[in-house]
Amino acid sequence: MSGRRIFASPARRAAIAPYLWMLLFFLLPFGFVLKISLSHTAIAQPPYLPVFDLAHGFAAIKAAFAALSLDNFRLLASDDLYVLSYLRSLVVALISTSILLAIGYPIAYGMSRLPARWQPVAMTLVIVPFWTSFLIRIYAWINILQHDGLLNKVLLALHVISVPVVWLSTDTAMVIGIVYSYLPFMILPLYATLAKMDSTLLEAASDLGSSRLKAFWLVTFPLSLPGIAAGVLLCFIPIVGEFVIPDLLAGSNSLMIGQTLWLEFFTNRDWPVASAIAIVLLVLLLAPLLIYDRLQRRQLEGRR
Amino acid sequence: MTDPVQSLDDAELHGVPLLRVDAVVKRFGGFMAVDRLSLDVRAGEFFALLGPSGCGKTTLLRMLAGFETPDSGRILLNGTDIAAVPPHQRPVNMMFQNYALFPHLTVRDNIAFGLKRAGLPRAEIAARVAEMVALVRLEGMEKRKPDQLSGGQRQRVALARSLARRPQLLLLDEPLAALDKKLRENTQFELTQLQRRLGTTFIIVTHDQEEAMTMADRIGVMEAGRLEQVATPRQLYEAPNSRWVAEFVGGINILEGQIESRDAGRMTIAARDAGHVIAAEPLHCLTKNDICVAIRPEKIRLSKRPPASDAGHAAVINRLEGIIIGVNYLGGQTTYQVKLDGGAVLRVSVANMARLDVDAYNVTQRVVAWFTPDDCVVLDQ
Repeated sequence: MSGRRIFASPARRAAIAPYLWMLLFFLLPFGFVLKISLSHTAIAQPPYLPVFDLAHGFAAIKAAFAALSLDNFRLLASDDLYVLSYLRSLVVALISTSILLAIGYPIAYGMSRLPARWQPVAMTLVIVPFWTSFLIRIYAWINILQHDGLLNKVLLALHVISVPVVWLSTDTAMVIGIVYSYLPFMILPLYATLAKMDSTLLEAASDLGSSRLKAFWLVTFPLSLPGIAAGVLLCFIPIVGEFVIPDLLAGSNSLMIGQTLWLEFFTNRDWPVASAIAIVLLVLLLAPLLIYDRLQRRQLEGRR
Repeated sequence: MTDPVQSLDDAELHGVPLLRVDAVVKRFGGFMAVDRLSLDVRAGEFFALLGPSGCGKTTLLRMLAGFETPDSGRILLNGTDIAAVPPHQRPVNMMFQNYALFPHLTVRDNIAFGLKRAGLPRAEIAARVAEMVALVRLEGMEKRKPDQLSGGQRQRVALARSLARRPQLLLLDEPLAALDKKLRENTQFELTQLQRRLGTTFIIVTHDQEEAMTMADRIGVMEAGRLEQVATPRQLYEAPNSRWVAEFVGGINILEGQIESRDAGRMTIAARDAGHVIAAEPLHCLTKNDICVAIRPEKIRLSKRPPASDAGHAAVINRLEGIIIGVNYLGGQTTYQVKLDGGAVLRVSVANMARLDVDAYNVTQRVVAWFTPDDCVVLDQ
C-alpha cells in the first residue's frame, strides 16, 4: 500500500507500458478473434460475414451486430471431432507434463547440488539446444525414430528387439518429441527454486532428527512447490496448443486441437470456426492459470 | 600468593564433564580450522566460545552438532564417542545463526518438527509444543508462519524448536547476532534465566565478548583453531594468560619492557617508553625476559598532583607523568589519552561519578597516571 506512494510519477508512467503492451498485442487481437468467432463463414474477402464497415453508417454497424451469433460454439459442442480433439490435447499435455516433471525434477535437483562453479555450466548445457532451430531438432527426431533410424539400430545391436519397431507416426514419438522440446522449460523454474533454497534448512531438519530422505520430503519438496507449479504451467499450457510436434511425429488418425484449428483455418478456410476453437482453448487454459494465480496470492498473503 | 579469581574457577570444575573434546583436528584443504583442540564442558554449564571470525569456533560447534566430522580426535558425550554419529541421531540440538526456520510451516509445526521425528505420541507433542510456546512467550502466535513474525519472535521460535527435544546439549551459533542492540541485551538476560531454569548445557558461539561475559559461566577464547584460554569471565578479564587474550578481551594498555629485578612478589620492569614499572609477580611462568605489562584503562587513576605518599605505600604505587592529549566523553565514563613523558600513550577511563564535571581534565593538562603493582598483569611479549 505504501509502496504505491514510493513510486514517483515518472516511474508510475513507466508502469503503464506493460498494460499498453497487453492492450495492443493481447486484448485487441483477442477482440478481433472473438468477433470473427461470432461471425459466419462466407466466400469473400475476408472470408466471413458480417463485416463492420463505418462507410455505410451507424445503421449498417447495428445490423452487423445483430448478425453475430453463437452458432460456431454450438457446432464445437455438437461435433465429436472437436470435443475429442480438446480431450486428446489435454490428455497428451497431462501425460507429457507428468513425464517432464519426473525427468526434470531430478535434473534440476542435481544441478542445484553441483559445486557453485559447475552450476552455470550445467545451466548452459540445458539452454544450448535452443541455439539450434526448433524445426531442425524435430526433423532430427524423425531421423532417429524412423524405421532404419538410430534408435532401432541401437536397440537391434543391443538385442533388446529382434525386428525394427515402428516409432514414427505414433503417440510415443510425439510424446518423446514434446518431452525433449519442453524439458528446459521444466528444468529452469525448478532449478531456480531449488538453487535459492537455504541449505541450513536441511541441516536444521537433520539436527531435529530427520534422515536425508525425510528431510527432502518434508523440507525440500514442499519448498519447491512454487517451482513445480511454474514448470508445470510453462509446459502444460503450450503443449495443449502444440501443433508442429504432433503434426510431424504423430500419426494422422487423431488430431490435437492445434491441428484441428490449423485444418479449419487453412484447409477449410473456415475462419469463424477456427476462431471459436481458439476462444474455447483460451477459456480452457484460463482455469489452470487462475488456480496458479490463487496459489501465488495465498503465498503472498502468508508473507504479509 | 593466592588469587581469589583462580579458586573460583577450581570450584566450578569439579563436576564430571558432559562433553569432552579430545585433541580434535579439522582441516579444510590446507587450512587448519581446528587444531588439536581439547575441552571439557560439565553438565548444566553455560559455556561460550569466543573468538574473532575465522578462528574455528563455528567449525567446532558444527562438529559437535555432527555437520562436520573431525579428521582426528574424539568427541565424548557422557563418555561415548559421537564423532561419527550423524546429526539426526545425536542427543544434541542446534540453534542456527539465521534461525533456519522452515518457512512453509507454522510456529507450532516448526516447534513440533523434531518431536514428530522422534515419534512421540500426538498428545505428548501437543503438550510439549504448548510448554515450549509458553517458555518463550509466543502464546497466540502458534498459527503464524515465520515471515509473519518479527526478528525477536523468530529468534524465540528457533530457541523453542531447538529445546523441544530436550537435548542434553544445546548449541547456539551467534544466537543474538541478528537482533538490534536493545533487544539483544534483554534477550541475553532471558537466555541466561532460561538456561538456569532448564539446567540444559548450553554452548554458545559468539564474537561479541560482552555477550559472552554477560551470559556464560566459562568462556573459551579461540584463535587460529586453538583455545587460548578457558576461564570464567572475571578471570579472563582480570587475569588473561597471554597478550593476545588480554588485547582481545576488553580494552587494555600494553607497555613492553624487560624485567630488571624480582623481589618478594614484586618485579621491577624497565618499560621501553614509560620508565620503571613495579608489577606483581604473575602466577604463570614467564619464559623470556622480554615481557609486557598489561593494565586495564579503568585500573589507572589520574590526578593533578602525585598521590599523597603515606610512607608505607609510597614505594608500591606506580606514578607515570604525562599530558592529556585526548578526551572522549562516553556518558557513564570518560576516556582520556595520556601521553607519558616516556613516549607511551595510555588509555585511562574514569567513571563519571558526579553530574557536574568537577574532576574533568582538559587536553594539554599535565597529569599523573597512577596504579598499584596488583593492577598490572605481566605477560610474555
